[in-house]
Order: sequence, then C-alpha cells, then structure tokens
Amino acid sequence: MSLIATAPLLEVEEIHTYYGKSHILDGVSLEVGSGEVVGLLGRNGVGKSTTLKAVAGLVHASRGEVRFEGRTITRSPAHRVARLGIGYVPEERRIFPLLTVIENLRTGLDRQGVTAARKKELLEKVYTYFPVLAERRGQAGGTLSGGEQQMLAIARAMMLEPKIILLDEPTEGLMPRMVSQIREIIDVLHREHVAVLLVEQNVPLTLEASQRIYILEKGAVRHHARAAALQVNDAVIHQYLGV
Amino acid sequence: MDIPFDQLLIQTINGIVTGMILALVASGLTLIFGIMDVVNFAHGELFMLGAYVGVIVLAATGDFWIALAAASLVIALLGAAIYLTTLRPLLGRDPLTTLLSTFGVSLVLQNYALWQFGPVARKIQEPFTGHFTLFYLDYPWYRLVIALLSGAIIGALWLFLKFGTYGIWIRATTQDRVMAQAMGIPVPWVLTVVFAIGAGMAGASGFLFGPLVGVNHAMGLDWILKTLIVVVVGGMGNIAGSIVAAIFISLLEAYASLWVSPAQAIIVSFVVLILTLLFRPTGLFAPSRK
Amino acid sequence: MSLVSENASLPASGKREGPATREPPDSRPPQRAFRGEGQSARRHALVYWIGFSIILALLAIAPLVLPEFWRRLLTEILIWGLLAMSSDILIGYTGMVSFGHSAFFGLGMYGAAAALLSAQPPNLWLAMLYGLVGAAAVAGFVAYFSTRLRDIYFAITTLIFSQIFYVIIFTWTELTGGENGLTFTRPPLAIPGVFSVPFTSTTLHWFVVGTLTLSYLILRRITQSPFGMVLQSIRENEPRTRAIGYPIERYKIVAVMLSGLFAGLAGVLYALQNQFAAPDFVFFLVSGEAVIYNVIGGIGTLVGPIVGAAFFLLLREGLSRFFTEYYLIPVGIIFVAMVIFMPQGLLGFMRRWLNR
Repeated sequence: MSLIATAPLLEVEEIHTYYGKSHILDGVSLEVGSGEVVGLLGRNGVGKSTTLKAVAGLVHASRGEVRFEGRTITRSPAHRVARLGIGYVPEERRIFPLLTVIENLRTGLDRQGVTAARKKELLEKVYTYFPVLAERRGQAGGTLSGGEQQMLAIARAMMLEPKIILLDEPTEGLMPRMVSQIREIIDVLHREHVAVLLVEQNVPLTLEASQRIYILEKGAVRHHARAAALQVNDAVIHQYLGV
Repeated sequence: MDIPFDQLLIQTINGIVTGMILALVASGLTLIFGIMDVVNFAHGELFMLGAYVGVIVLAATGDFWIALAAASLVIALLGAAIYLTTLRPLLGRDPLTTLLSTFGVSLVLQNYALWQFGPVARKIQEPFTGHFTLFYLDYPWYRLVIALLSGAIIGALWLFLKFGTYGIWIRATTQDRVMAQAMGIPVPWVLTVVFAIGAGMAGASGFLFGPLVGVNHAMGLDWILKTLIVVVVGGMGNIAGSIVAAIFISLLEAYASLWVSPAQAIIVSFVVLILTLLFRPTGLFAPSRK
Repeated sequence: MSLVSENASLPASGKREGPATREPPDSRPPQRAFRGEGQSARRHALVYWIGFSIILALLAIAPLVLPEFWRRLLTEILIWGLLAMSSDILIGYTGMVSFGHSAFFGLGMYGAAAALLSAQPPNLWLAMLYGLVGAAAVAGFVAYFSTRLRDIYFAITTLIFSQIFYVIIFTWTELTGGENGLTFTRPPLAIPGVFSVPFTSTTLHWFVVGTLTLSYLILRRITQSPFGMVLQSIRENEPRTRAIGYPIERYKIVAVMLSGLFAGLAGVLYALQNQFAAPDFVFFLVSGEAVIYNVIGGIGTLVGPIVGAAFFLLLREGLSRFFTEYYLIPVGIIFVAMVIFMPQGLLGFMRRWLNR
C-alpha cells in the first residue's frame, strides 16, 4: 500500500536480519517520500534501531531489499550508502570523541565535488542553527555535554547534504529544553526538504513532527497511518506501546 | 661505581639514535593496531626487507635518498598487498586470528629473504662517513643523521594526521570505525592505506638502521620483540606514547650495556614491560583517560 | 575466544563493535551430552574407543615396520604433538592463546638435562621429575603475571616471558652451556632394584606412545570434568563466568600450570630422544609452531593438535624434498590459508564429537 503519490525516496521491502540465531527483523517494509518526516514507533527491542542500521548498510539484511531513489542499495557498503545521500544519527550519538567539533563536521564536509565556498556555506548554516557548536568549534567532541553532542551528531550528518536523515532516538536522555530544540531541528530539516526517518520513544513529539507513522512490533510493521489521524491516547498506541 | 662521563654521553646518544629508529618502527605498528586491532607480527620482516631493498637500490644507483624512498615505497606496497590478501578477509573475526595470520606471513617473508639473499649478513657502507668531535670523542655523523631523519618522518606523520582530510579520516576511523563508514569515509581504503603507511615506515627504518649492524634475514625477530614491548609500554594505539617509550627503553638499554653484554641488556626492556603490565597496563605513557 | 564463526550470519560488514560483541556466543552454556541417551551414546562411545585402539595399535606396530629415519620422525611427531596438545588446554579450552610454551618445553628439557648430568647413574624418573618440576615452576611464575591480562596482552606477555628465559639460558653459560647447550646420555628404562634395560629406538618410541596416550587420557578426563567445563565457559563468555562467581584468575592459573606441565613433559621426552638441550628450543618461534599445529589440527579437540603436528612436520619433510631450501615458504602460505579459510582446522568439525 502506498499513501504517497510520487515515487518514494526510500523503500524498504520485507527485510530480515539476524543476530546470531535471533531473528530480529522479520519482514519489515516501509517507505519514505521526498522531504517527508516519517516516525517509527514501538517498544524497546522490537527492531527500530536495527531497521535504521539496515537502511544505512551497517547491518546485513539477509533477505529483502532496500531501494533509494529507485536504486537498490541492500548490500552496498555503508560508506557508499552515506555518499548517496543517507545520513545517520545513531542512538548513542557517537561523535568522534577525540576530534574537535569542526573536525567532526569535516568528516562529512570533506567530500569530492564540494567547493570551498560551498563548505563555508554549509558551516555557516550549521552554526546558525546550532550556535553552541560555533562557540565550541575547537573543542574535542568528547568534552561536550550530552545535548551538545546530539546537536553535533545531527549537524555532522547534515554536512553530507543528505536527502534523508535517519534519526535514532534523538531526544533520549535530554532535558526538556533540548527536546524542544530537537523538535525545531526536525522542522528545519523538513523545511529544507530533507526527509527524516525518526525512531523515537517520545510519542507526542513523534506524532507532532511526523506526517506518517509506522508502528513496529516483534520485528515487523503492525500499523501504519497518517500522524494526523493518530492521537496519543488512541487504542492502537496503547496496544503496541503500552503507553 | 665510576662511569667515565664520555662513556655515559656516548651511550646517551646511542640510546637516542636507536630509540628514534625504534620509535619509527613502533609508531607504524601502533598506528596499525589503533585503527584495525591487528598486531602485525610481520612488522619485523617488513623492517628487514626494507633494509634489503634499500641496499639493492643503493648498490644500483649509488644514491642514498633514492634508496630510502625505494625502501619505503616498495615495502608500503608490499604492506598493502599483505593486508589485502591475508588481513582483510579476517577483519570481522577474533583479533587473535590476525596475530596468527601475520605470524604465518612473517615466516614466509623470513624464509623468502633467506632464499633470495642467503644466510650471511651483509655489511652496508654508511652513506655519510665521517665523524664529528663531541668534546674529545669521535662520533659518527651517520648515526645522528638517521636519528634526525627518523624524527623528520615521524614529524611528517604527525602533521599528516593532524591536518588534512586524510588525517581526519584516519583518526575518525581509529576512533569509531562504524560511524566513519556512516559518514561516507571509505574505510576499506583507509585501512589499506594505513597498513601501507605503517609498513613503509618499517621499511624506511630498516634501511636507515642497516649500516649500523649489517643486514640479514633474521633481523626482524629481534625488532618485533622490541617493538612489541615498546608498543605495549607506550600504550597500544598511542603514537606519542610509543615514541616516548622507544626512547626511554633504548636509553635504559644503552646504559645497561655499560655493565652487561648487549644480549643481556635486553632484559631491561623485559623488566620495564613487566612493571608496566603490573602497574599501568594501559601504558606507562598513556594519558589516564578512556 | 572463538576462531570459528559458529553462527549463521554476521552483524555489520566492517567493524565488530567492541570486544564484547564478537559473533555472539550460543546462548546455551556448554554441556555434556546426556549420558542417558542410551543407544546412541553407547554406540558413540564404542566407535570412539575402537578408533582409539586402532590408532594406538598402529602407532605401536609402526617402529617395527618403518625404516629408522621414519621411526625417529614419528617419535618426534608424537613429542611435538604432546607439546601442541598441552597448549590446546589454553587455546582450545580456555580461550587463551599462549606463546609461552617454548619456555615450559625448554625448562622440561633442561630440567631433564640437569638430572641426567648431575645424578649418577642417570635416572629416567629423576629426569622426569626435575623436568616436570622445572616446567611447573616456570608455568606458575608466568601464570602469576600474565593471567590477569586478556587476549592480545596475554599472548604478548607469554611471548616476552619465553624470551626472558631464552636470554637467561643463552647467556648463563656456566649453568646451561649457553649457545651450545648441553649433551648427556640417555638413561635406561629402569625401576631401581628391579630391572634396567637401555632404550632402543623402538622401545623409546613405545615409551613415548605410552606417555602420550596416558597424557591424552588424563587431559581428556580433565576437560570433561567440572573444572574443564568452567574453563570452557571462561572461553565462551568470561564476564558472565566471573559474574556467576567463579574465581577466574585462579582457574586460569591452574590451566596455565596444567598446560605447562605437559609441555614440560614433552620437553623431557625430547631430551630423552635427542640427548641434548639447546636454547633454540626456548626461542618463541617454538611456541609459535605449537600454535600453528593447534590451528592446523583443530583447537579444542586434544587430538587435533597432534594431527596438526603430524601434518605440518610431514608436509615440511615432503616439501623439503622438492624445494630443498626454503620449504617453509609454501608451508607458511598453507598455514595462512588455513587460518583464513579453514579456521576450524582439520579436525575442528569433529570437535563436539571428540569431546563427548
């Protein structure tokens, strides 16, 4: 079923993954359209992070297909997937602790075909959205606070000029003030026409920020709806998330 | 005990000279370990082959610098070849398999050298002859030159890593290989290049050190041992640490050789290693973070 | 440590995410097969012991039919096999790759030499005693320092210790004969007061076979005992075993000493066969060879390393006829290829079967 009119940017079709003998993803299918914000909800351990990792090429999908802009990328190595325009912000942030803020950004900036002028532009843009990073640009990533590291992780992914960013629980462990900052950033990405596949435990935020929602349970998609059609206290939410 | 000052001075300089060479070899080994968790047992053989390649090119061209460049480049390429054939397939597995694999490679390389060059050690002419006077002593120029050259190469490595895109890629890959991939860094390529760089450094040191002791197929064995000690004492993956450890241990050994034979002086490094493992296993000179 | 991926599919291409997450271990702990499985267990045991007896018989007959050269080679293979088997306790059962076995082997050798040179008439059992005590002492010493370390650091430390002993033996010429080593005469097979019969190469071979067989049976019994089970659980998942409450370090120390003891026994046998002791055997390369035999034959099987030693030494013998010099090059290449493509070794696929 496709709720989108035009060809989707990202298509995940019936992917299966294993970890040792455990069957983690048991046929996950979803789609993200150009510029769309799509939320992925579910209890802990159902496979939300694994889905993102499979798209990013960091986890091996033994069956199924992942297509990006029509091109199959299922077995492509992760660095090539990133270069194609898929940014990844992992659950633990994982900024490079011994690189400075600006060096962290450069891991995404220093690409072929990007002119010095464009690099400057991108940096300026990121500093505007994340002024704290501008302040701390010479500091080692490991010395930043949790919230600042989250900003850096997102900014770093933005340096790839991606068409879609995979966000894994960006608000986890953050103070409410930072949570609303993250919310704003997702809006900014949406305005910039960058698609977002958002994995979150924070249901209200996800419902607000996304256009569509998938709910995952036991390694497969169990429910799919427009975000507008869902409320926090809906039966469906209770059923799958026990909220 | 009365040690004449000039002896002490000579040993100090000897210690620094050997230390610099050892630092060059060790930083290559620790760089490789830091980025891919591989203890390259064949590192000593790369050192040895560098000496041979350098000797051959020196004999053919008569030019020291060309020989040095050749030693570094040829061994770097050999390193890349070794990595691609015997290490890349092992990357996802237990790191001890890479220890075994590089051990096997070291056997092959040692015997290859034995086959091609025979068992007799070759003496190489020091490219820069001449002594200079230090107080009232004669000290060979050449030794000073190799210490400086080693320092220069290490310095160049440091600059390369600190600035420039490739330096950032290498450091990022060392810190988090998975995220480096997710940022579009071509990690497989980076790993190959780093192995080649480490190998090239070993090759260069071999050639620089050659004139001091003569070149033979078993040189590598001594050096892998010393290098392993230095790398552990300095903190595995810690380049600065291994440089300091290399000089420290070499100085201690040089002083020790005032009292005991060189074969026994090596016990000093063993003792330092044991003390390190007992009290500061992450490395004597490693900063206490992580 | 697991040299083999025993699971269907690997996580990420590229990096294993940290020491804790190698291919994840089986969630079931290692267990003995249920003895109460009646027929199939009995049949298994029957097949096993029949096979065992056949091999034993072949080894016993061998010196009677083989020419002298091959006879000696076979005996040597068995001695190296014992060395390799001793290191399997560490590598295959406890998951600790040790490069220290040359020290244990060497001390066994020199211990025997000491006994044979100091006591008159030369006494076989005294030689064994000295050798075993020497090896055990060294093993205890090495164990004390290195067992608190893991993985690579353990391997490197044991390697360094090998070299420490090498240097000591090499330079302490008055005691050890230094570079030239020690020569001595072979003692007779004797029970004092009862009989004394000098060894022939055949009877020595039988003595070696007997010692090896006895060692194998002892080690097999140990690996199947509760102690052995704990060792294997340390190999599978050390943090978990520690969390359950086992004093890991103590188990490891015992494992190293046990391993060292049998390595020393191999050293004694070698001294008996060749009537000399030399520092070359304490050089770390000998440890490396033992590890090679383990990997080729299959770790965690006890007999695998013996097969590995046989394979390696026969291969070396065979290739040295074609390549006259530098036969170690193809041998080394084969070894590396096996590490990459056949990490379970020649007998690895029989691992579970052999351990029941």
